Amino acid sequence: MITNATDLPVLKPFRLFSPLPACGERSPRVARRVRGIFHWRRATESPPHPDPLPASGERESAPPLTTTHAWLLIAALVLAVGIGQAAAAPAAPSVLATLIKWTPLLAQGFALNIAMSFLAMGIGTALGFALGLALISLHRPVRGVAWFLTEFFRNAPWLVLLFYCMLLLPFELRIGDTIIPLPGWMKSTLGLSLAVMANVAELVRGAVNSIPFGQWEASEALAFTRMQTLRMVILPQCIKRMTPPWMNLYAILTVGTPLTSVVGVSEAMTLTGDILAAENRSELLVPMYLYLLLWFFLYCYPIARFTVSLERRFQVR
Amino acid sequence: MAWTPDQPLIRISDVHLSFGPVQVLNGISLDVMKGDVICIIGPSGAGKSTLLRCVNALVPIDRGSILVEGQEVHDAKLDKLALRRKVGMVFQQYNLFPHRTALDNIMMAPIHVLKRPRGEVEQEARALMRKVRLEDKEASYPGELSGGQQQRVAIARSLAMQPDVMLFDEVTAALDPETVKEVLVTIRELAEEGMTCMIVTHEMGFAREIADEIYFTDRGIVVEHGPPAEFFTSSRDPRTRQFLSQIL
Repeated sequence: MITNATDLPVLKPFRLFSPLPACGERSPRVARRVRGIFHWRRATESPPHPDPLPASGERESAPPLTTTHAWLLIAALVLAVGIGQAAAAPAAPSVLATLIKWTPLLAQGFALNIAMSFLAMGIGTALGFALGLALISLHRPVRGVAWFLTEFFRNAPWLVLLFYCMLLLPFELRIGDTIIPLPGWMKSTLGLSLAVMANVAELVRGAVNSIPFGQWEASEALAFTRMQTLRMVILPQCIKRMTPPWMNLYAILTVGTPLTSVVGVSEAMTLTGDILAAENRSELLVPMYLYLLLWFFLYCYPIARFTVSLERRFQVR
Repeated sequence: MAWTPDQPLIRISDVHLSFGPVQVLNGISLDVMKGDVICIIGPSGAGKSTLLRCVNALVPIDRGSILVEGQEVHDAKLDKLALRRKVGMVFQQYNLFPHRTALDNIMMAPIHVLKRPRGEVEQEARALMRKVRLEDKEASYPGELSGGQQQRVAIARSLAMQPDVMLFDEVTAALDPETVKEVLVTIRELAEEGMTCMIVTHEMGFAREIADEIYFTDRGIVVEHGPPAEFFTSSRDPRTRQFLSQIL
């Protein structure tokens, strides 16, 4: 979790002029000017060892959303509605009225998005915690298997996981006489939770490793067993450190749920497509999708704000 | 061969330990009788802290023997937890559990390791807090306490396990000068009550005043030892004299 400056190559910003300009063909004046730009760039270049990233510098962390973004989005929606209205045939009902008309259906779809995000997060966190503990196991084989699973699911595209879950899982489970149906949304929730699992496992591993070694030593000296140390000393401290990146992951998962529309789950994204097909009015296209975007934004924005405030609070200690 | 109090409580003989190519302990030997207070001094890198960690099996040794109450510490069949109940340890960096209050820090091990009833443990923990003069800080979290206060809680936490011997690993090295004294007072009181103590320290005045025996170590061996009065005035080894001249 704490990322120290390393000797690993650091991604440098893209530069128009490469450090080794082929000056041969160019006139000396151009070459000098080119080199001048290059020198000036070097002067402002960041030092070879950048400051360690802040503790919250997870790779998922997006630039913080501000209230300005919210207003911009709403302004865009108003503008889109206005433009759509202007382009509409005079006889058709207004764009705003159409949006309102379909809101209940959209809300239904959105509720499925939220339900899927909750479920995937729940399942993924439970599995991920177990996998994360396996990652720090003292048994080499256990660690190896856990490492493979984590890396595999963490680096697999979510959409690929979704397709595999849709194709490989049966549409119903037969246990004796009882038949448990597995609808598409449930299968894709499982697919998403696999990705969540791998990310949570990595969070757990990182958090455990970020606890100072002295905590282990002190617990050992007090005759705690390894399990007791983990349960009573290490993990409670990890929970606090994990909460902000965990919530970040949740927000990313939520905005990722529309991916399931590709595999045919009738969540908000699919329904928006259906609505547009039913209305068959091209001026609705932009306002409708922007409207959907606003739903997701209004849901995820408070989470993002809360995460940022938590991070800030946890840093002061 | 049962251990009896007339034998050394801790007998360290010819202990060798290396971390990779670095020879940390190079055949170190010393005895601690019950009720004794010994201070281990020496330049940094002499293996003082490592030696303490070997005594309660936090660090395994390569060769030699460490007996605690007649029991070999570096025996594969050793019940490490049983050993650590007898040996308390206090660290330079306090290592209190930051998510628990001071009182909880003291109570955790007796409740979960010794499986003693909570009510009884709580009474004892409060008594220990009084003993280290922090009775008004029971509900404070470690982050709210000064370094000296945290270190005293750490001492109380270790005492709550009712150990037979206490190991102090440079317990004042991370403290502000003005809080060093309160910690040393606490340790002195313990020593006066007859607690067996192994103290690694850089506080020469304190060592001189409290120790029954002073061990000077360098490069993983005991160079010289003796009662403080003798040790500080008439040390024979040139390395000891050089070290003392640098810090006194």
